[in-house]
Amino acid sequence: MAENVSFEKVTKEYYDVLKELGNIGAGNATTALAQMLQCKVDMKVPQVRLLDFKDVGEAMGGEEQIVIGIYLAVEGDITGSIMFVLERSAGKALVSKLMGMPATEGDFTEMEISALKEIGNIITGAYLNSLAQLTNLKMLPSIPDLNVDMLNAILSVPAIEFGIMGDQILLIQTVFTDDVDLNGYFILMPDLESYAKMLGALGLTI
Amino acid sequence: MANIVKVGMADLNVCKSPDGLTTLGLGSCVGICIRDPVTKIGGMAHAMLPDSTQIANNTNRAKFADTGIDDLVKKMIAMGGKKARFEAKIAGGAQMFAFQNKSDMVRVGDRNVEASKKKLKELGIPLKAEDTGLNYGRTIIFYPETGALVIRSAGKPEKTI
Repeated sequence: MAENVSFEKVTKEYYDVLKELGNIGAGNATTALAQMLQCKVDMKVPQVRLLDFKDVGEAMGGEEQIVIGIYLAVEGDITGSIMFVLERSAGKALVSKLMGMPATEGDFTEMEISALKEIGNIITGAYLNSLAQLTNLKMLPSIPDLNVDMLNAILSVPAIEFGIMGDQILLIQTVFTDDVDLNGYFILMPDLESYAKMLGALGLTI
Repeated sequence: MANIVKVGMADLNVCKSPDGLTTLGLGSCVGICIRDPVTKIGGMAHAMLPDSTQIANNTNRAKFADTGIDDLVKKMIAMGGKKARFEAKIAGGAQMFAFQNKSDMVRVGDRNVEASKKKLKELGIPLKAEDTGLNYGRTIIFYPETGALVIRSAGKPEKTI
């Protein structure tokens, strides 16, 4: 049964559920971000996008664009992984706000990297928490790992996970608005058997 | 003016010199480049997964190293290439994150590289050079005229293999 799960068969209902999950999760993440930065952070309504592998890089602003990828494994009732992709400039802006220092030029320093990891931890943690509450399923995030590299190289990791099931990748694009718009993407990758569980907990079958 | 043909993720394409082929931001995926040094026909595949026989949903043959290389070779032969002359270079197969540790993801970069080498060997196509593994992304540009494979990475000097 699980073998037949494919995004090509996504129904409108299923899509709406994912969108709503994305919305709630991102809302929670925004609140957590605002608390951490001790300032007001707004969020635009997240966009759920289902993209073909070959189009994903371009659709997200260029295959070679340097981005920050924060990747965590999820254990518990739901197993899988979650990735948060942040534009480089957004990462710089967040770090400077968190550390109360002007944004630096060039490569991220070690201190900036660890601040980014913390940001990733809090955002993805808040995200998972809201999903866990909604579905009443346990979701425990691992310690995050972070890499700064070309967008397509970062995305190859979730794309390969999605590639086991189909030829498309599901992105939840979230724009945080502070003084400037900060573009971030959540990519949820539940394992095959976790999909049915998660949707089942919401009263849906696939 | 020569064209550089873009190859997307889970995709493959062929060209003839002076044109070249490129794929942007290879991560754990592997880029397989093959050329016929006489006709100057070149091909590039961007494979995401090693083995089509392990996956139920395997209709997109370019997604896998095994079927992707098979199809690439066929396409090059159809264009007038001679398999006996083919030679290959590969790049990519990085491990982008420390704990890609789920069963399907264990060393997927390494496994993509191994599967590509295995398939090339099976087809009798010699591997001339490789730039694989480690933990960073690679943009590759392949010129069938000379067989040069140019590799660009973020914050690293460009190199040619």
